[in-house]
Amino acid sequence: MRSTDKTTEAARVMTICNACRYCEGHCAVFQAMELRLEFNSDTLDYLANLCHNCGACYHNCQYAPPHEFQLNVPAAMAELRQENYGVYAWPGFMGRLFANNGLWVSLLSVIVITLFFGASAILTGADFFAAHENAFYGVISHNVLATLFGIVGGFVLLALVGSVVKFWRTMNLPSPLMLDYPRVMQGIKDALSLKYLDGGNGQGCSYPGETPSMARRWFHQMTFWGFMLCFAATSSATILHYGFDLPAPYGYLSLPKLFGILGGIGLIVGPAGLLMLKAKADAAPKGKTNKGMDVSFLVLLFLTSFTGLCLMVVRDTHYVGMMLSLHLGVVMTLFLSMPYGKFIHGFYRLIALIVFAVEKNDHKQVVGVCQSKKTI
Amino acid sequence: MKTRFDHYDVLVAGGGQAGLIAAIVAAEKGARVCLLEGAPRTHRGGNTRHTRNLRPMHIGPLSVLSGTYDEAEYWDDLMRVTKGKTNETLARMTLRNSTEAVAWLEQRGVQFQPPLGGTLHLGRTNAFFMGGGKQLLNALYRHAEKLGVEVHYDAMVSSVDIADGEFKSLQVGEHTISAKAFVAAAGGFEANIEWLKEAWGDIAENFLIRGTPYNRGDLLRILLDAGAQQIGEPNQCHAVAIDGRAPKFDGGICTRVDCVSLGIVVNKNAERFYDEGEDFWPKRYAIWGRLVADQPDQVAHVIIDQKARGAFMPPVFPPVVANTIGELAEKIGLDPATLEKTVNDYNASVQPGQFDHTELDGVHTNGLAVNKTNWARTLDHPPYSAYSLRPGITFTYLGVEVSEKAQMQMANGTESSNIFAAGEIMAGNVLGQGYLAGIGMTIGNVFGRIAGSEAADYALNR
Repeated sequence: MRSTDKTTEAARVMTICNACRYCEGHCAVFQAMELRLEFNSDTLDYLANLCHNCGACYHNCQYAPPHEFQLNVPAAMAELRQENYGVYAWPGFMGRLFANNGLWVSLLSVIVITLFFGASAILTGADFFAAHENAFYGVISHNVLATLFGIVGGFVLLALVGSVVKFWRTMNLPSPLMLDYPRVMQGIKDALSLKYLDGGNGQGCSYPGETPSMARRWFHQMTFWGFMLCFAATSSATILHYGFDLPAPYGYLSLPKLFGILGGIGLIVGPAGLLMLKAKADAAPKGKTNKGMDVSFLVLLFLTSFTGLCLMVVRDTHYVGMMLSLHLGVVMTLFLSMPYGKFIHGFYRLIALIVFAVEKNDHKQVVGVCQSKKTI
Repeated sequence: MKTRFDHYDVLVAGGGQAGLIAAIVAAEKGARVCLLEGAPRTHRGGNTRHTRNLRPMHIGPLSVLSGTYDEAEYWDDLMRVTKGKTNETLARMTLRNSTEAVAWLEQRGVQFQPPLGGTLHLGRTNAFFMGGGKQLLNALYRHAEKLGVEVHYDAMVSSVDIADGEFKSLQVGEHTISAKAFVAAAGGFEANIEWLKEAWGDIAENFLIRGTPYNRGDLLRILLDAGAQQIGEPNQCHAVAIDGRAPKFDGGICTRVDCVSLGIVVNKNAERFYDEGEDFWPKRYAIWGRLVADQPDQVAHVIIDQKARGAFMPPVFPPVVANTIGELAEKIGLDPATLEKTVNDYNASVQPGQFDHTELDGVHTNGLAVNKTNWARTLDHPPYSAYSLRPGITFTYLGVEVSEKAQMQMANGTESSNIFAAGEIMAGNVLGQGYLAGIGMTIGNVFGRIAGSEAADYALNR
């Protein structure tokens, strides 16, 4: 079991919360906590990933600063998440990227976008600033794109699976084949509905300020479904291309286009809304060690969508080369940062919610149970 | 501090639930209202910040409450704890008016917790605030500000001008504010150790104050000195036994130690002094503060063995742990030989029986000067754990007498025309002694609404 400043602080905080329990109605963290007498790092990683940083427990806390207990659950959990994202990263040494996330993602984006500009400029030569007959495949051919993103996508998938497996094992879940599926469905439902951004009573979370609000839940849903629709757009285009021999470009009423436009709008409104809320939000419950992780991820999502929609508009003009380079650079950065940035939180949160559904059903803790220690 | 006006319709002193509600009701009736909160914004709300629920009477399920809790049952519960020390008229009025409390708060943005099956099994009698009393405060402050109530923090009342029982004006530091009507809702005096010492003697130095450090009773003193009729005794208060390592002030709920009935309790002489198995929490909880206050140095220690671990609410501070009773005694500063004898005598007198912590199981000791009448199990599974105890004062009962209109009564038998009181400063009218979970908030809620309404009517000549 790991013992760091962050786990020590989270354990201190949870010990006080467990003796108080006024917040038990707010979210899963407190109900999960109530099954425990002590808090080891496995348990704390679980609780930290159950926490949605909604701020309700902070604003309603009788022990929040300036009380001498200095209780700040969302901040302790946010800082612990930043640490444990690194712990569960695969391969392990890449976990260090979480320590200064905003910086490395920003640098990566500059490098990748520059490379795309350079590569397309070299590939197209004098035609970089020209309009192309078959739109952007005129700039970079389909096969080059598919190969490039195929390789990167393969690595990203491997790294994501590696991280998720590490987290899954720590969460003490059985093999996927042995799972209790009604509980899994409950966890998935809670994750997809963002149940724990409802404040416990459907009134919404205390974010960006103390007043309960549904704003964050809505913007998060726009972001998530926007992302999923964009993913569906790419997938359907791939199927059309390889399955039906129908290469791009597609008309406005085709599946890839409809998914892409709708998803694109979601991925602009959602991240922009979340960024706006984040700028307005109280600083205290956010924690201090995030290092721009949330912001860089939201900006990448926003830019992916924004440049994608721009590309659709300018694809038959002589701006296509520039816009395509920018768009591909942003998308590639998003891809590369997925296992080592805020994107990973979705998987860990989903797994934590599944564990919670199991624990709640059985009234028995699953995570952090030390096998050698028997209670009488 | 500078107020927007020098004169108000209704001036409220105290920003806990009772004062806030009075201010809101008065503002809803159209009065120009100013609320003075003695604490800084971060500590606003007095002891309401540390509360969790209120106890409303209800016939049939009501909002988050299940079943029925009718006047007869509520009244019986109140009689059981106060032993008749209550004003029946005011008490019955409080119970009846409490039915509307939940809806009244919900309509003003306060959230209640849906029943969870929870830790306290009070889902029938008590409505729990989502997140605790601070959530209620946050919602009510937002609502008050929306209504135009002028709120001032760090605004401790320093003097009040009262002539013939009539409120004229008050001072906050150098600033004078006058009003047509005044609502006194500034809490009790439990954070005023000097005042506690007047009633308890020097032992009060050793008390821990669980609630807000801002309830120093300044306004209560001013009103009593100005001729208000006193109600209740200065040594009547809600005193529980809490962890001796708790902060001097403001420790709140998490300082409770909930394993008294699972072990034995000894004083600094390593001797038992009271039946640990007498009754369930919360009765057990409410009596141990006084019991510990009566012990030398106001200290006691709960001692449990390994069998009891995990069977009670997790405490906030870790226990002192040792493998033998003698070693434990040394660690907590007791005489090892005496503690060993106390434990051995206790163990030897435990009678066989079926231990069941969920009911009064009758598993008891025989032949001791102080027997344990329930849940008596031998202490013989090391490691042994000890938690130190001290008296923890939650709130005081001494206050000002009020009428059914929440009007302050004067010692000369008249009633003040324009001074009203609500909350802890007058709770002793209803709760003369003892404690019933959530009734403090119920009294504050009911009298806050009455005081605010009557004050506004008086100020607006209705």
